[in-house]
Amino acid sequence: MEAVAPTTHIEHGPSLRQRLAARGFDAVTLLVVPAAIFSLLLFVYPFAFGFILSFEPKNGGWLANYQRFFSDSYLYDTIGNTLLLSIPVTLLNLLLAVPISFRVRLMRHQRLLTTILVLPITLGTVLVAEGLLNYLGPQGWFNRTLVTLGIIDQPLRLVHNYWGVFASLVITGFPFTFLLTLSYVTGIDPALEQAAATLGASAWQRFLHIYLPLLMPGFAITFCLSFVQAFSVFPSAVLLGEPAGTTRVISIAAYQAAFEEYDYSMASAVAMIMGFVQLAIVVLVLASRGLFYRGPASGAKG
Amino acid sequence: MTIALSQFNEVRLDRVRREFGALNALRDVSLTIQRREFIALLGPSGCGKSTTLNCIAGLLPVTGGAIWLDKSRIDTMRPEERGFGMVFQNYALFPHLNVRQNIGFGLKMRGTPKAEIDRKVNEALSLVRLEGQENKLPGQLSGGQQQRVAIARAIVIEPPLVLMDEPLSNLDAKLRLEMRAEIRRIHNELGATTIYVTHDQDEALSLADRIVVLRDGVIRQVGTPKELYDAPAHLDVADFMGFRNKLKGKVVSVDNGRALLDVEGARISGVARESLSVGSTAYAAIRPDDLVLGEPGENALKVKVDTIEYRGREFVGTAHSEGGLDFVFRSHQPVELGSVVYLQADNQRVLVFAEPIKGRQ
Repeated sequence: MEAVAPTTHIEHGPSLRQRLAARGFDAVTLLVVPAAIFSLLLFVYPFAFGFILSFEPKNGGWLANYQRFFSDSYLYDTIGNTLLLSIPVTLLNLLLAVPISFRVRLMRHQRLLTTILVLPITLGTVLVAEGLLNYLGPQGWFNRTLVTLGIIDQPLRLVHNYWGVFASLVITGFPFTFLLTLSYVTGIDPALEQAAATLGASAWQRFLHIYLPLLMPGFAITFCLSFVQAFSVFPSAVLLGEPAGTTRVISIAAYQAAFEEYDYSMASAVAMIMGFVQLAIVVLVLASRGLFYRGPASGAKG
Repeated sequence: MTIALSQFNEVRLDRVRREFGALNALRDVSLTIQRREFIALLGPSGCGKSTTLNCIAGLLPVTGGAIWLDKSRIDTMRPEERGFGMVFQNYALFPHLNVRQNIGFGLKMRGTPKAEIDRKVNEALSLVRLEGQENKLPGQLSGGQQQRVAIARAIVIEPPLVLMDEPLSNLDAKLRLEMRAEIRRIHNELGATTIYVTHDQDEALSLADRIVVLRDGVIRQVGTPKELYDAPAHLDVADFMGFRNKLKGKVVSVDNGRALLDVEGARISGVARESLSVGSTAYAAIRPDDLVLGEPGENALKVKVDTIEYRGREFVGTAHSEGGLDFVFRSHQPVELGSVVYLQADNQRVLVFAEPIKGRQ
């Protein structure tokens, strides 16, 4: 082609604008700018600031904060404490959300029930904690009922320990888990279940062979989002738990470093470790999605 | 051929009813289907044809009546206990399973040994001509191939009855014709008994041994394609069988199976298909094929031509009369738009029906 190109004609390539548009950059791309600025100012900058700050300890070398964290059991135990709370809570929420979603999917007054189930989100952690302190406390109606009925002699210790925080995390975390699960469950074409039924699959087989494999990727996402919420537990761990013992979660360690020791560098290090643990779990769970089918969950071409 | 469908003598629907709240979707539907028959349930949307199929499959409980497979009552059984093969309108292939796994699903649920599943799936694959595609996921197949997988999946479990819910409605016109022939071939090769739901009379006429025309949850007519085509029993069945011209008029005389109508002052005579009384409103139904250009005189109506379409061998036109009746007619030569012509029909080809009862009985 070069050989026959007329020499009198000056070749113009596509303009810069055309070349950018071909790569997907045009005026509409500018709409991303506010979000980018927002994310830069409120996430990237603080994160980078904290990251660097964590390597500038009050005393010692640049890794001193991390060395201190991992050599002091009072500090490094918080990772285990937090995981011991957040993983069982997330799993329980998911385990509760699945059967309820399957039932709600078929209901006519779905909106009403969904509203009731979602209400705890709007209450806020502190109100839920207050309520649980009253209801589940030694003089609360729960223990008094059990004592009156003669089921127990002594009031059960249900708050100011692990189970108090556990209950509060279930109550505040469930609606979120449930809504996500419901949206995944209703996203599956009901004809698939009908087809499986006509092919002889029992209700349990239909769940195991059709729903479960199609829902696993959704469950993984739900698990991650619910887990991250539970992992950053702070108010209920302080109000309902024993913040010096079993429910001394990692955010308490960060709080104490920042506002009791006024060691922002150490607090940043704790926050970085917290972020890293969350990230590790999330990456692990999301990577496991690769084991499952991830395409569209419908039986036909769109 | 080792795919041997389980045999039986007849499936009997005995006054089956289905209500959705206040809506009667099926009203006392009774029907007997013989072994090896190909039955088409034909009707407009909302007529109850899919409801009937879902009741037979067990996906919808009946609210009255009973369904029998020979001596056993099946309407109280769960779908997984009935073991009928069903082909869904959107195929409902399991998106996470490949073609082989999709087809073998029903056998696996029955606990069939692996070697036997493999053998039967291979056979089903060759029956629907999908060899070489067995490791693909449904999303990687074309619409026609997905359709074949759905059929293979339904027949590999060797069902006494194969149920098909508008299986061709998602395919393009050419593929639809091709798959139509395929479905009939598979039905014949297996000696299957098939119930096929459709709203397309061509499909029903070309596939079925018997056609059941439904309307508003009631069976209007049951018969062979020829019976329905030549002698529809009601106006709405005629409408479905291609009688597109329905001329409203008054009965002038009824005599010996023939009726004379007054349609906008013109006299139209035809074969009376329902009992008619003199003076009542009736309809003369004429196929576009039988309505041609003619002269003023017997069975002729004066109309103005609105459109004319070239169809290769002939022309199809639309026209309207002064009284506002619409016509579809056939012509061998082009007709000028807006011209006034006479349309004529042979009185043996005109069917006369009583006015249909409005609304739901």
